[in-house]
Amino acid sequence: MKLPLSWLKDFVDIDISVEEVARKLTLAGLEVEEIRYVGWKMPESGSQSKHEFKTYGLEWQPDKLVVAAITEVMPHPAADRLVLCKLLDGVQEHVVLTGAPNLYEYKGLGALPTPLKVAYAREGATLYDGHADGQVLTTLKRTKIRGVESYSMVCSEKELGISEEHEGVIFLDADAPVGMPLADYMGDAVFSIDILPNMARNVNVYGIARELAALTGKSLKRPEINPPTRGESIQGKVCIEIRDTQLNPRFVLGLVRNVNITPSPYFVQRRLRLSGTRPINCVVDATNYAMFEMGEPLHAFDYDVLLERAKGNPVTILTRTANPGEKLTTLDGVERLLQPTQVLVCDSQGALSIAGVMGGAESEVTEKTHNVLLEGAAWNFINIRRTSNTHGLHSEASYRFSRGVHPSLAETGVRRGLQWMAAWSGGQVAPGLVDEYPNPPEDAIVKIGPQDVRRLLGIELSASEIAELLKPLEFEVSIKEDTVTTKAPPFRMDIGQGVVGLADVMEEVARMYGYDRIPETRIADELPPQAGNPELEKEENLRNLLVALGLQEVITYRMTSPERQERLGPQNGYVQLANPIAPEKRVLRRSLLANVLDTLERNARLQDSMAFFELGPVFLPMPIGDLPMEKNMLVIALSGLRQLPAWDVKAGPLLNFFDLKGVIEGLLKGLGLREVSFEPLENDSRFHPGKCARLLYKQRSLGVFGEIHPLVKARYEFGSSPVLAAEFDLAALLEVQPAFGIQPVFSFPPMLEDIALVVDESIPASKVEALIRQTGGALLSGVRLFDVFRGEQIGEGKKSLAYALTYQAPDRTLTDKEAAQLRGKIIKRLEYEIGARLRG
Amino acid sequence: MLEKLDEIQSSALQALYSVMDEESLQSWRVTHTGRSSALMQVFSGLGQLSKEERPLVGQKANQVKLALEAAFNEHSQVIQKAALKRSLEGEHLDVSLPGRPLRGGHLHPATQTLRRILGILAEMGFQVYTSSEVETDEYNFQNLNFPPDHPAREMQDSFYVEAGERGDNPVLLRTHTSPGQIRAMRAAAATDPNNPPPIRIALPGMCFRYEQITARSEVQFNQVEGLAVGRSITFSDLKGTLNDFARRMFGQNARTRFRAQHFPFTEPSAEMDVECFVCGGKGCPVCKQSGWLEILGCGMVHPLVLQNGGYDPLRYTGFAFGMGPERQAMLRYKIEDIRYFWGNDVRFLEQF
Repeated sequence: MKLPLSWLKDFVDIDISVEEVARKLTLAGLEVEEIRYVGWKMPESGSQSKHEFKTYGLEWQPDKLVVAAITEVMPHPAADRLVLCKLLDGVQEHVVLTGAPNLYEYKGLGALPTPLKVAYAREGATLYDGHADGQVLTTLKRTKIRGVESYSMVCSEKELGISEEHEGVIFLDADAPVGMPLADYMGDAVFSIDILPNMARNVNVYGIARELAALTGKSLKRPEINPPTRGESIQGKVCIEIRDTQLNPRFVLGLVRNVNITPSPYFVQRRLRLSGTRPINCVVDATNYAMFEMGEPLHAFDYDVLLERAKGNPVTILTRTANPGEKLTTLDGVERLLQPTQVLVCDSQGALSIAGVMGGAESEVTEKTHNVLLEGAAWNFINIRRTSNTHGLHSEASYRFSRGVHPSLAETGVRRGLQWMAAWSGGQVAPGLVDEYPNPPEDAIVKIGPQDVRRLLGIELSASEIAELLKPLEFEVSIKEDTVTTKAPPFRMDIGQGVVGLADVMEEVARMYGYDRIPETRIADELPPQAGNPELEKEENLRNLLVALGLQEVITYRMTSPERQERLGPQNGYVQLANPIAPEKRVLRRSLLANVLDTLERNARLQDSMAFFELGPVFLPMPIGDLPMEKNMLVIALSGLRQLPAWDVKAGPLLNFFDLKGVIEGLLKGLGLREVSFEPLENDSRFHPGKCARLLYKQRSLGVFGEIHPLVKARYEFGSSPVLAAEFDLAALLEVQPAFGIQPVFSFPPMLEDIALVVDESIPASKVEALIRQTGGALLSGVRLFDVFRGEQIGEGKKSLAYALTYQAPDRTLTDKEAAQLRGKIIKRLEYEIGARLRG
Repeated sequence: MLEKLDEIQSSALQALYSVMDEESLQSWRVTHTGRSSALMQVFSGLGQLSKEERPLVGQKANQVKLALEAAFNEHSQVIQKAALKRSLEGEHLDVSLPGRPLRGGHLHPATQTLRRILGILAEMGFQVYTSSEVETDEYNFQNLNFPPDHPAREMQDSFYVEAGERGDNPVLLRTHTSPGQIRAMRAAAATDPNNPPPIRIALPGMCFRYEQITARSEVQFNQVEGLAVGRSITFSDLKGTLNDFARRMFGQNARTRFRAQHFPFTEPSAEMDVECFVCGGKGCPVCKQSGWLEILGCGMVHPLVLQNGGYDPLRYTGFAFGMGPERQAMLRYKIEDIRYFWGNDVRFLEQF
C-alpha cells in the first residue's frame, strides 16, 4: 500500500521526521519498504544519521519551484502549438513559453477572470525531463524557442515526479498561495507499506493514522462525516435482498442526485496518483478517495440506468451466488464466465457486478450520469480471495476485501463517499441510507491483567498502564481491581475470544509498549533433559568420516523426473506431485544414486577427478499411515583420475573398483565395523556383473557397490573413466555400529616375512587371507596382500598372491624357530585346504 | 731434532690450509699424522735418542701431534661448512611453482551452516528433533492455526502429493519444519498428559515451497526452527535467547532489532533483524539500503498451537523461531544466487 504522508496529517499531527515515522510504523508491524520523496527534502546520504529505508525521489528546490498564477494566455507569434503565458510568481511578472495542450483553450481570451494556479519552475530548477522516457533529471537553462526567449516553465506531473502524466500542465486548486515554495505547498513523502494479514484494518490512511497517533502519543483527529442532505429520502427508492448472509453480512446504499461529472480538485488527484490510482472524475474519485481514506471499498452505480432496467419498479438489489454458466462483462471490458461459488450484485435484470472484486460495464458511472447510487458492503474474505484469484482480477477493492473489511465500515465508508461526492460534484445527498445488516457480529471482549502480561511478555505493567496502551487503538477498557476488561473496537476482525483473544490483545499491548523496550532475559524455566540426538550424531560422524576420506558432500533436489531416475534402470513407482512446478520436477526421488550420478555427470566435463557423497531420504510410494515412506540412504560415487595431474605428475591411472572399496573399508574402519564381508553380486543391473559386491554384516546386506554397468553408463555423458558407486541403507549401516576395542600395540620386535602362494584363479583372495589368519592365530599380527601376479611362469588358471606377514608375541621376542614353525603350519594348511603351493 | 719437529709442524699446517675438500683432507691426515708420517717416525725414533734428549723431543713431538689434530678438526669443520654451503646453493627450488593438488573432501555449505546453527542452539539447551519431509495438511497447516483458505497460506504455496481424495487433509511437502513442533509436543505430552514436560528443541530440515526457481527463490531450502515450551517462558526470554544466538552467529557486537510481524502459529509475533554486517548498517544492496538484514521470524507460541500439541495454554507458554541456513550462508559468503546450493558445481562446493 502506498501512503502519502501529507494525507496522514489530515488525521494526526506529526512533529517527527519522515524517517522517524517510517521507523515507528516499521517496528509496530507496518513495515515501510521504501520511501519516495515527492518534493520534500530527502535526508542526505552519508550524513550522521544513517538511512534505514530505501529512499528515492525528487526534491523541489524551494527557491526555484513555486506556486504561480497565469493571468493571460497569448498566442506565440511563430508557432501554433505553443503559447505564451503571462505569469506572476510572487516576485515579478514573467512571460513563459509552453506547449501544454490544456492551455490552448485560454489562448487569446485576454486577461483571465480567474488566474490559473500552476507549478512554476524558475531558471536553474532541477526536474525531470518531460519528453524523456522514464525519469531523467535536467536543469532549466535559458534558451530561445522559435525566436522567443525561454528560461522557465510551467510544470506537468511528470516533470515534478508526481506521476507519468505529461499531457498538460498541472492546474492547482484556486486557493494555492502564489509565491509559496511548491515543496511547502504540496511536497510529500510516499511510504510503501507491507500490510500483514492481521492488519487488514490498516489498509487505509485513517487506520495508519490511528496507529501512528497511538505510537506517538498524539490524539487521532476524527473526521466529521455528516454530509448535509437534501430532497427525498432514499427510503423506498431501492431495496436490498441478501440471499446468503455468511457471504454478504451487510449491504448499504446511499444516493446522490444531480452530480456534475468534472475533474476532482487537484489535491484529490494528486493524492490518488501518489496512492497508485488514476483520477477519473469527481464521482469515481470520491469512491476511491473515501476507500483509501477509510478502508471501505465503494461502488458507484448510475442510478438512472438501474431505474431504467427496473422498468418503473423500485430498484431492487439482490446479492446471490452465480448461476451455472452465468456471464458478466466487467468494467475492464472482459466478458467473464462466473463460477457458482462467486457472489454477484444483481438487480431484477441480472448481474451488475462481481461482488467486492469489479463492477460491470453496463451500470458504471459515465460522463452522462446525473444520479449516483453508492454501494458499501461487507463480504466473506475467503470467498472474495478465491474469486479474485480465479479471475486473476486484483483491484484495490479485492485487495481489501480479500484481507477482510469489517461490516461496520460499510456505513462509515458510504457516508464518507457521499460526502466527498457531493462536495466535488455539486450534487445533493439524499437523506438516509438503505442498510441491510441482519446479524451484526459482537465485538470481542477480552480480560487481561498484569499477571497475564508478566506471564507472556516478562514485564511488569499495572492494569491502568495496560489500559492506557490499548485506549489509543480504540479498545473500550474498564478496570476492576487487577483486571482490564477490553472490548475490541467495531472495525477489528482479528481479535478472538478466550485464550486466543488474550494472545491477540497481548500482541497489541506488546506492540504499543514497544518490542524494543522489552528486556532480554535468559530462560529461567526448567531445562529439559539434555538427551542429545544419537541418530543425528551418528549421521554427522559418518559425514565427517567421508569428508576425511576425501569425498565432497553434495545435496541434490528431492524433486526429479522418472526419465532422469530411470537412466539408472527401471524404478518401481514414485511419490508423484499433483502440482509440479515443471515436468522435470514431477516426482520425488526414488533413487539417490540416480541423483548423485546426475551430479557427477554435470561436473564431469570440468573435473579431472571426482568423489562425491550424499546422505538423505528417498521417497517410496508405500504409505505408512498417511505418509509415504522416507528412507535415508548414503550414496558414494567416484570417477576420474586417482591423482590430480600436476606440473610434475602426468595424468596417471584412473579410479577403479578398488579405490571405491578402499573408501568403503576406510569408512567401515572409522565406524568400527569389523565383522563385515564382501560378496560378489552379479544380478544388480545397475552394476558391472563382474565388478560389483554386496556388503554384508552377519548375513545382512548393508548396501552394494561396484562399477556402473557399461550399458547404464552409456545413458550418461561420461568420458572413458569408469564410474564407481556405492549405495547403502543408512539406517542399517548406522544401526549395526558396534562399540569396538582397540588391538593392543606390542613393544616386542615383530618378525617380518613375505610369502607368495600360487592358487587357482577361482579362489577369492579373502579366503586365502582368512585361512592365513586362522592358522597364524594370536602370533600372526598382520597380513597384507602386496602383489597379485598372473603369468606363464605359474601356469594358466592360476594366480600368485604375495603376502607380507608379521609375527609377533605380546610377551616376548619370537625366535626364528617359532616363526619357521608358524610359517610351515600356514603353508601346510593352505596346501591342504585350497591346493596352494609356495612360489619359488 | 726439535727444529725438525718445528719444520714438520709448519709444513704440515701449510699443506693443511691448502686442502679444500674432504678427500684431500683424509689423505693429508694419512700423510701427516699416519703411521709412516714424518711425525710418527720421530715417535718411533725416540728410543734411539739420548736419555737427556728423549723427554724433550717426546714432549715436543706430542705438542706437534696435538696441534696438528686440533688444526685438522678445525679445518675439517671449515671444509664441511663450505661443502654444505655449496650444496645448499645448488639446490634452489622455484618455490612459486604450485604444490601438488589433493582432492580434499568438504561438507556442503548448507551442512556447514546447519551445523553452526545447531551447535549454538545445542549449547543453549535446544536438542535436535527431526521429522518427515512429506506431511499432511493437518500437521503442516491446520494444527498450526492456518485454517483452510487462510490468506497466510499464500505465503507458503505448497506442493501437493498425489494421494487420492483426502478432502481437507491433503498430503503435501512440508513448507516449514513446524509440523515437527506439533509432533514433538504430542510425543512429550503423551509421556505425562496431565503435566507435560518442558520442551526445548531445534528442528532442522528440508522444506519446500511452490516458487519459481530464481537467483532469490528455490523450491527446496533448509530451515531451522526452535521451540521452547514451559511454565514460565516469556517474550523477554525469547529476546534474550535470540540475541545470544545472534551474537554468537554474527559476532559479539551484532545489533538486533525486533519488529512486529504476523505468523499464524505465534502471537505476539516478531521479525528479528540483524544490523547489516556487509555495510555495518550504512545501507548497501545486500540489505536493500535498510541497514538491517531479516534473519528470523519468531514469537510466542499461539495458544491454539499449544493446545493442539497437548499443552494447556493457561498453564504453559512457549516461544518459537525459524530461520533459513542458506540465506544466512548467502549473507555470510556473499553468495548472490541461491541456485548454487543444489546445483552442486564442484567449483562452488570446494570453496567451503
